[in-house]
Amino acid sequence: MDWERENNFCMTANDAVNTPNTIPRQTTPSNFVSAAPAAPETPETGPSPIRQFLSKRGSGKLADGTFSAVMLLCACSIFAIVIFIAVILVLRSKLSLVQFGFKFFTGSSWDPVSGDFGALPFIVGTLETSLLALLMAVPLALGVAIFLTELCPRALRSPISFLTELLAAIPSVVYGLWAVFVLVPLMRDTLGPFLVKYLGWTKLFDGPNFGVGLLSASIILAIMILPIISSLTRDIMLAVPSNQREAMLALGATRWEMIRTGVLRNARIGIVGAVILGLGRALGETMAVTMVIGNSPTISKSLFAPGYTLASVIANEFAEASGSLYTSALIEIGLALFLVTIVVNGVARLLVWAVTRGAPGRVA
Amino acid sequence: MAASANTPQSNNLPEPVPRPPMDFTTRGMRWNNAWRNGVNYAVSGAAILATVLVIAPLIAILVYLIYKGATSLNVAFFTNVPAPVGQPGGGMANSIVGSGIILALASAMGVPIGIAAGVYLAEYGSGTFLGNAVRFTADVLNGVPSIVMGISVFALLVQGRHFSAYAGGVALAIMMIPTITRTTEEMLATVPHSIREAALGLGVPKWRTTISVALRTASPGIITGCMLAFARVAGETAPLLFTALGNQFWSLKLNEPIGALPLQIYVYATSPYDEWHRLAWAGALVLIVMIMVSVTLVRIFANRGAIRGGN
Repeated sequence: MDWERENNFCMTANDAVNTPNTIPRQTTPSNFVSAAPAAPETPETGPSPIRQFLSKRGSGKLADGTFSAVMLLCACSIFAIVIFIAVILVLRSKLSLVQFGFKFFTGSSWDPVSGDFGALPFIVGTLETSLLALLMAVPLALGVAIFLTELCPRALRSPISFLTELLAAIPSVVYGLWAVFVLVPLMRDTLGPFLVKYLGWTKLFDGPNFGVGLLSASIILAIMILPIISSLTRDIMLAVPSNQREAMLALGATRWEMIRTGVLRNARIGIVGAVILGLGRALGETMAVTMVIGNSPTISKSLFAPGYTLASVIANEFAEASGSLYTSALIEIGLALFLVTIVVNGVARLLVWAVTRGAPGRVA
Repeated sequence: MAASANTPQSNNLPEPVPRPPMDFTTRGMRWNNAWRNGVNYAVSGAAILATVLVIAPLIAILVYLIYKGATSLNVAFFTNVPAPVGQPGGGMANSIVGSGIILALASAMGVPIGIAAGVYLAEYGSGTFLGNAVRFTADVLNGVPSIVMGISVFALLVQGRHFSAYAGGVALAIMMIPTITRTTEEMLATVPHSIREAALGLGVPKWRTTISVALRTASPGIITGCMLAFARVAGETAPLLFTALGNQFWSLKLNEPIGALPLQIYVYATSPYDEWHRLAWAGALVLIVMIMVSVTLVRIFANRGAIRGGN
């Protein structure tokens, strides 16, 4: 128990203090040592009534041991879940792992009829949409975090952070529903022609514009990962000690110079972590993307072209997959997604931890 | 400067030469200041603009959702099962009940395990290697895409058997555990040590201290965490696609495919029928009202449950 450990600690501390005293002075330590064992001695009157009661009641060692064992078991179940996911995904995708090997990730044909599977179009689509979403979301999220931590009047701070958290609580299907009925027509009729007119020279907006496609998927992804990145960045910026800010202001820096050198430079590792965490979310986002990306396993240069992501191919085709090779190919895609998100999240968590470790815990 | 040089203490030191006052009004200096202020205002403006740009889609989504949902919501939505294609009317009664059943199953499995793991992290494993490893794994598990949970639970419980409400519940429970664990741990960490020590000093065993003192003190925060996890999985569609599957008919059996609100919204939203689109909007409104109510409750709980007095 804790108090025993503390008690031992006190004893050793006393010893450490007393030993140097033995060298210069000879008489005092001997007195001290002889007195020390006498102190805890108790009169020989048998155990007190309280002690008798307690010994009859039992030490509770069994209950304590059981309780901590159950808690430990539940904690280890988290390990078990991760290991179970990995093992079962490997087992069920063995067929396609054996048949295609590494070629699975470089082949670009996805043909269930002839049994030829390559995941390259999905990998490209996933990377394209996620990176494009990050490109749109990161500057906005940084702006929101800067506004919330440094510029915002105190009265506005709580409602705005509440609103951004609400944005995070909206389910992915609802975003998808909104995207299908609002964003897609907007992209087809207004935003798309505008982009073609002013940015057509970049060759990124060639080809027919149906409204559904990589660009629409990226926009909805950006809207979805914004609240995650901005609330994490805000937490990290709040963890920067305010003497950094005060020092910069005292040197005569303007507010932006204070934010840039005092806050952002200190928080940069954590902000990178938050961005990577947002990337992890974007890579695995399924429903909203499936509803607007167009679902076509092709690689194309245009952002208006329909595409496919790793998650949306599973969502779309898994239920109808016929034949064990088809199913195991889809499970292998799931395995790839699992491993990639594990690595991405692991790196991001380590970075965020490195910065916010000392900050107090908070909820919502 | 000049005043301190004239004080009697410094008369044995050499007299410092007073520096001429700095000239802030040169042309270069003025230009520099104007530039710095300009950048400052530009960046502040950009930050405000970014916030507006982020808030705008939320308002747009919410307003549009409430408008579309409220105009298509009626009593039949809550009482009827889906109508066959081409027939008007019909509702999502079976999906609402089905969602409730799946979420109850998920909470029954996820909440105890999550809280217990959080207790381990805060009370037994803090600072140990195992504790840190569990914490890290929970954080990583939190980021695993929901579709991956879906296919792993499919591979375990559905493949070779059939789709069931159980499988859906397990998939959602796995998603709830990491969130609940981390919140429980953070909340227990805010309970002052002196309270635990007082209980231990009275001879209360450690397990009893943990349950009746630490957990009890932290309970508002832990309830918050459970509600947040609940709200998060309530809208999940991907893990249910291949586990609960969805059902157009009334079904309460736990080992049969069962309807769920998010699934039904997905099916209706991607269908080509206007009548079904209408129902999808109504369903989305119901789902979002459910989630927002729980998130707002959480907000109230979290503010009220702040523990006074630290270590």
